[in-house]
Amino acid sequence: MDAIFLQILNGLDKGSAYALIALGLTLIFGTLGVVNFAHGALFMLGAFCAVTLQKLFSLSYTVIDETQKDFLGNPLKVEVSYLEGWFGKDLGGALADWSVPLSILIAIPIMVVIGFIMERGLIRHFYKRPHADQILVTFGLAIVLQEIVKYFFGANPIQTPAPQAFRGALDFGVLVGFEPGAVIYPFWRLVYFLFAAVLIGAVFAFLRFTTFGMVVRAGMADRETVGLLGINIDKRFTIMFGIAAAVAGLAGVMYTPILSPHYHMGMDFLVISFVVVVVGGMGSLPGAVAAGFLLGILQSFASMNEVKAVIPGIDQVIIYLVAIVILLVRPRGLMGKAGVMEE
Amino acid sequence: MTSSKFTRRGLLKTGAAAGAGLAMPTIFTGAAWGFTNEPTGSTVTLGFNVPQTGPYAEEGMDELRAQQLAVEHLNGIGDGGMLNTFSSKVLDGTGILGKKVEFVTGDTQTKSDAARASAKSMIEKDKVVMINGGSSSGVAIAVQGLCQEAGIIFMAGLTHSNDTTGKDRKANGFRHFFNAYMSGAALAPVLKNAYGTDRRAYHLTADYTWGWTQEESLKASTEAIGWETVKTVRTPVGAGDFSSYIAPVLNSGADVLILNHYGGDMINSLTQAVQFGLRDKVVNGKNFEIVVPLYSELMAAGAGENIKGVFGSMNWNWQLPDAGTKAFVKSFGEKYGRPPSNSAQTCYVQTLLYADAVTRAGSFNPCAVAEALEGFEFDGLGNGPTLYRADDHQCFKDVLVMKGTENPTNQYDTLEIVEVTPRAQVEYAPNHPMFGGDDASLGSCNAGA
Amino acid sequence: MLGLNKRDTRFLIIVILLTLFTPFLLQPFPEGSAMAQFNGGYPDLMAKIAIFGIFAMGFNILFGLTGYLSFGHAAFLGVGSYAAVWMFKLLTLNVFPALILAVLVAGLFSAIIGYISLRRSGIYFSILTLAMAEMSYRLAYSVLTPITNGETGLQVRDTDPRILDGAGAAQYPNLFGLELSTSWDWRVLGHVFTFNVGFYFCAVIAIVMFYVSLRIARSPFGLVLKAIKSNQTRVNYTGMNSRPYTLAAFVISGMYAGLAGGLLAVMDPLAGAERMVWTASGEVVIMTILGGAGTLLGPVLGAGAIKYLENIFSKINEQVLHDWFSFLPDWLADPVVWLASRFTGEGWALTLGLMFMAVVIFLPGGLVEGGQKIAGWFRRKPPADGGDDPEHHPKPAPHVPHMANTGD
Repeated sequence: MDAIFLQILNGLDKGSAYALIALGLTLIFGTLGVVNFAHGALFMLGAFCAVTLQKLFSLSYTVIDETQKDFLGNPLKVEVSYLEGWFGKDLGGALADWSVPLSILIAIPIMVVIGFIMERGLIRHFYKRPHADQILVTFGLAIVLQEIVKYFFGANPIQTPAPQAFRGALDFGVLVGFEPGAVIYPFWRLVYFLFAAVLIGAVFAFLRFTTFGMVVRAGMADRETVGLLGINIDKRFTIMFGIAAAVAGLAGVMYTPILSPHYHMGMDFLVISFVVVVVGGMGSLPGAVAAGFLLGILQSFASMNEVKAVIPGIDQVIIYLVAIVILLVRPRGLMGKAGVMEE
Repeated sequence: MTSSKFTRRGLLKTGAAAGAGLAMPTIFTGAAWGFTNEPTGSTVTLGFNVPQTGPYAEEGMDELRAQQLAVEHLNGIGDGGMLNTFSSKVLDGTGILGKKVEFVTGDTQTKSDAARASAKSMIEKDKVVMINGGSSSGVAIAVQGLCQEAGIIFMAGLTHSNDTTGKDRKANGFRHFFNAYMSGAALAPVLKNAYGTDRRAYHLTADYTWGWTQEESLKASTEAIGWETVKTVRTPVGAGDFSSYIAPVLNSGADVLILNHYGGDMINSLTQAVQFGLRDKVVNGKNFEIVVPLYSELMAAGAGENIKGVFGSMNWNWQLPDAGTKAFVKSFGEKYGRPPSNSAQTCYVQTLLYADAVTRAGSFNPCAVAEALEGFEFDGLGNGPTLYRADDHQCFKDVLVMKGTENPTNQYDTLEIVEVTPRAQVEYAPNHPMFGGDDASLGSCNAGA
Repeated sequence: MLGLNKRDTRFLIIVILLTLFTPFLLQPFPEGSAMAQFNGGYPDLMAKIAIFGIFAMGFNILFGLTGYLSFGHAAFLGVGSYAAVWMFKLLTLNVFPALILAVLVAGLFSAIIGYISLRRSGIYFSILTLAMAEMSYRLAYSVLTPITNGETGLQVRDTDPRILDGAGAAQYPNLFGLELSTSWDWRVLGHVFTFNVGFYFCAVIAIVMFYVSLRIARSPFGLVLKAIKSNQTRVNYTGMNSRPYTLAAFVISGMYAGLAGGLLAVMDPLAGAERMVWTASGEVVIMTILGGAGTLLGPVLGAGAIKYLENIFSKINEQVLHDWFSFLPDWLADPVVWLASRFTGEGWALTLGLMFMAVVIFLPGGLVEGGQKIAGWFRRKPPADGGDDPEHHPKPAPHVPHMANTGD
């Protein structure tokens, strides 16, 4: 029982990452009708916002310490971070320690701007082009972005730890009535789940309760009519692209303590996020979220030894198997509407 | 563009040569001389096939740095590095057999297909006589097979699977790097001393051939010191999030977790295992421990402080005190401003060993080179006295047992040497069951003619 | 000739000539010259271009003609390779049984996957094929290792039974005794041209397959496929059941992929699982679009461009660049080398990405359109009606529709 509970927690966590990436992807699908193969790269860029801030916070000047030796036997150069120099050891250290959550602050503007530039500079010219062309151009863009990141940060994964306060694990089982030690769960994963829930809620509330969101939803349903009403829908779609980029970026920022970022991580998430979007139903926001959590939880269950003993290799293929079954049983995905992206 | 070359005059002028060329069928172009790509000019070309894109790109770059350094030293540029400490003294900095050493590079992408395509282009287009490098066993085995068919020498880079010199051994292929069996044999006594004989181990294993051979080796060697194997679980390669594999470890009754992962998988699984509080746990009255059998400097750097106190093994480390290591670290450090990784050392040493074998054999003919390498005993290349065993083309030398440094003094000080396991302890019979048993055979050397 | 009209015959003859003279076309620079680095006329690359050309031609029958975007075609290529290597291991190293089995197995496999996937269309079809190919890849990499030899890849060994080969039979893939790796070198005026049995074997098959796809495109069957692409609903309303046609197109393109996979194994007897990974499926999609989807020659050009870039650019390292730019003064040479090395060697992928973007942005019809534009300039005709072959005109792919009208 506790094992199943633990896997549900794991699934929720994996699911929140899937849901966040798929949410941004389906926003772009739904509003702009663009198949964005660079979406995984946006997730990766978000993660590297956190890496950048961590590097900035640990920027340091060197002091030569004659008492110690480096690997070549020369006097050791000791690094002292500027941050600690400016703000003192306590505040400077605390800032460095909290670099991952603090990167949210820089990631939002950076990702929104990247989103604007992408939409205005590139994607905009591809609205009327076939999906195949959109795929090729955004795939090319994804390669270019990741090669640039590789140039600056190298190909090796970079450790970006969570703040000291969130390291370690919580005995979650005690809270829900299991024996102590039975269900232990890392703090940061709980933080990630809560963060995802808040972010998803915020996006939904934004679309549901603001005039802006109402117009966008109307535009998603019938772009032409909204345009005829004299509303500049294009401008709003640009903003939606920025928001989608920011959601993907934030998902990346907060995921860094769980998965050490490397330049290739976007491609690893790309396929899965497309599967999630399609299983949820093209252009359906609740569908993407539901499918994200569903696939996350199923994947966790499939990884259990008891399941693998019955069907070897099931954890490798479960996501795809579920996607196939759902698409055959419910042609439009969990919550998609008829006639979207087919024919 | 080429039609102009077919003027009547051009054809007449070159008719004789062309006729001779056309009449002679060649395999990988070269039968006229006896072996593939025999260098006829004043230079000889070596092929350095390393991952430059994909997850192991960083390791590939480091291999490439070392290979370039080796070429410089062979050509008499720089301080000579390990040439000064090498026990064999036939290399004098004038290239190989008086021919200047040149090299070409290629990208394996850590995919067998891409690696073979890149190697083929080196053989067919650039006429290399030897290929060196690589950062995974699948690629090493694939390229080794190709070199065997083409009739050139393959000096493997980082490849740790038992199969490379086990069931997939080839007469034209040579491995300096150690293997999974040696990791197990070296780690077991250290683990016994540190954690005792009454332990229960849980394996998480990357679900492909290297992972399996390491799991098999570690299982055998830990069970030999009295440990019990609770469970072995296979994880998909590149899973990213290992939480659903780590969570069941908590209540499995195991008190040691062995991570048979490499590269990014290892960094993630170790980091996540620490996040799940495994290392703070007390099971069966003992502290829970994690073991990572195969270490590399880049993985250690990527795993950050999670690696502190975790045992693993390595082929070589820049902190070793011997003269060869010091000479190599000095010339590498001065050129690139960082200490070399253990895959860099392997590629550097392999290049020198090849050059040395050619010189001793007096020929680039792969069969003569192979003969010179077989049973070759040498010293001064950083690993102590070493034997290139003739039966399977595996180097036998001391193995390092490492531990994550508790108090690093600089950014390269991530691992410390716990013990240098003597060579006798990691030796095994050439027909050991983990190495293909009696069926495994090198086949015969192929010179390509 | 051969059931083709005059224009198509001429087109075919041009293709035949281009293919047969590949060893010259890809080897324009003299040996030892600074530009020799750009020579691509060595057997492996030429054969790869022919093989991936076949793969892309087949893919084009499904995507270019019928309008179904499959993201899982690499699975058929991989299955073909495995089948061929198993034939080498069990029966004989002669290439024909291997190729025949490769095509049959890939055909069967694609019939199963096609039957399931074609129940949906549009992006749902793409995701279904992607999911099935990704499953095949993951299983081949891990639990199916006894059949596929997992990460290491399936190889031919001396200990294989090979029941049809007697003692003394060739040790490498061969055409009734003639080993495919056999090459002749021709040295002319500082050039070295290599003529390789394997390449010409692939080239002849590629020409035959090109002819087949030309005939398919011109046949009534091909017409139906085009009708399905432009409006499947309307085709169905005419009382025609389009499913058998789409399935046939899917299986044919699957068999092309299987043949390409078999040829890969023939040229290099090793079959690895990563041939089936989704990026490999993506690669053929990109080859087709890059060259010009819907055109007959485009996919082949796309395949050639990508394979050339991958193999040639990745080998230009900093040392080569230093040699090239050594004529520049030092203060200029270093920045130039630095800049150039971002796009070559380890940076070859950046060049690839930029090329994708440039082609889609500036040449919506792919490389074929680029060729037509250039030809158009020479003929002083607007490119829109230049060119001999009507198939050369890129067509929009309306089957994959634009804007999704939807809400949440």
